[in-house]
Amino acid sequence: MLSSPEPVIQIDSDEDLAPTDLTDAVDEPDRMTPAIEFRDVHLSFDDNKILDGISFTVKRGETKIILGRSGGGKSTIIRMILGLLKPDSGSILIDGEDITDYTEPEMMPVRQKVGMVFQEGALFDSLSVYENVAYRLREQRVPEKDVELEVRRMLRFVDLEDAIDKMPSELSGGMRRRVGIARALVGDPSIVLFDEPTAGLDPPTARTICELAIKLRDLQDVSSIFVTHEMTNVEYLGSEYATVNEDGEVIFEVEGEKLCLINTEILMLRDGKVAFSGKDEAFFKTDDPYIQRFMKGK
Amino acid sequence: MNPLVKFISELQDVSLLIWSAIVSLGSRPRYIAETVRQMDLIGVGSLPIVLLTGFFTGGVLVLQTFPTLEYYSLQNESGRSVATSLIRELGPVLSALMVSGRIGSAIAAELGSMVVSQQIDAMRALGTDPVRKLVVPRIIALIFMLPLLTVAADVFGLIGGGVVANFLFNQDIHVFVESVRNGISTRDIFGGMIKPFFFGLVIGSVACHKGLSTTGGTVGVGRSVTNAVVISSIWVIIFDFFLAKALQYFLDIGRI
Repeated sequence: MLSSPEPVIQIDSDEDLAPTDLTDAVDEPDRMTPAIEFRDVHLSFDDNKILDGISFTVKRGETKIILGRSGGGKSTIIRMILGLLKPDSGSILIDGEDITDYTEPEMMPVRQKVGMVFQEGALFDSLSVYENVAYRLREQRVPEKDVELEVRRMLRFVDLEDAIDKMPSELSGGMRRRVGIARALVGDPSIVLFDEPTAGLDPPTARTICELAIKLRDLQDVSSIFVTHEMTNVEYLGSEYATVNEDGEVIFEVEGEKLCLINTEILMLRDGKVAFSGKDEAFFKTDDPYIQRFMKGK
Repeated sequence: MNPLVKFISELQDVSLLIWSAIVSLGSRPRYIAETVRQMDLIGVGSLPIVLLTGFFTGGVLVLQTFPTLEYYSLQNESGRSVATSLIRELGPVLSALMVSGRIGSAIAAELGSMVVSQQIDAMRALGTDPVRKLVVPRIIALIFMLPLLTVAADVFGLIGGGVVANFLFNQDIHVFVESVRNGISTRDIFGGMIKPFFFGLVIGSVACHKGLSTTGGTVGVGRSVTNAVVISSIWVIIFDFFLAKALQYFLDIGRI
């Protein structure tokens, strides 16, 4: 599964250090179509406006970090992408396909290309780790031999192959999230949605989850939305990238003065509107008092 | 919300759930293994409490009616009174109420917990229709297992009645059995089997709807369980009246 690194870096200097396949990737016609697009989306529950004219795009291979206070509509956006909620107005496009008015049966093929990591993992309590990760494939009637190979591959990716026979109740919070990630990645979805995957986890475990998201972004060209309210996650995702060293091991490096990640953006919500949209460098330098207070946890 | 509007809204939701379940029967995937598992849980799992209920209900019927029948010198008809009461009414209704308490609550709790822990959302996100996967197997299992449980309750009720008549009132067991055979007809048995089909549908659909519409975390799960048991039990009793009237009309049951 681990392929050679995708073009994740932009060269700010004149030195021609860009990977050779960067041009080929950009020239692919499909890559020009955003993986996810929101166009002026509105949603209210009774008199409470949750989303008030939200528009944004997630390009292929890009990670969009959605920040905002609890109850600010971050998770609502994710639920809309999966068709679990419908907007009052506006359009939602997945791979250029307008899914806004899709019925439940019409959404099923769309959901095949989207993986979702829930806040608490949302593992099926009555199923083992193996059965949880195998769920999607078994529903698709994939032969059991192939299912096992795929499940083991995914569990290796999240470094949990040893827990294959355990029940969710036997796992720690971090392990549950990682199993949730493995389950979401089965079938190699081109889009992965993370709904506060590090909430309530200790810093090292939260770091592990972020590393998995970075690996997906940089090594597997997965487009993703990472909903969070934790600034450490923003720092990891906005400043580090994954690559493969000469020994074939995945390593994480920090962007430097010459290298700047172009595949991660921040979208900040405030009162249902977009308060900020752009790169992390601009985000950290903004003078907006609301964003400043948010960053400082005030 | 206005209680009447709320009632109509709930009725509409349950009706739509039943309709979705019926529609999903027409296409794949079908979860046959899950249906069989639910049949085992609902049928075999509920058997002990239904048998106990039937046995002691039959027993207490004889205990209460025998002295009165004896007063009118009709004690030889005690089997008929027990059989008629049990097979037409008490067997189906008491079995349904016991299953409503045991299974209705379990279904609402299980589905409610899945809702609040986002497992239902996860299921949908993974491309599975929760109605097809969770609701249909449970309703089918209830529809098919409740009539069987009712028959078991009826049989054990008659045994309980016979034991009480024989041991407490010294009635010859052959007299009791003969009275039972004279008291019931094929139509009574048929009518007693029809009711549980509808009761199974009511319990299953109400419990599944309450579970899937759970809101408010773990407190909401508790509320859903209570509502599922109370509402399905009330509907069982209301349906029983109208079914009895319909059976009287169509099968001529219950008329002297």
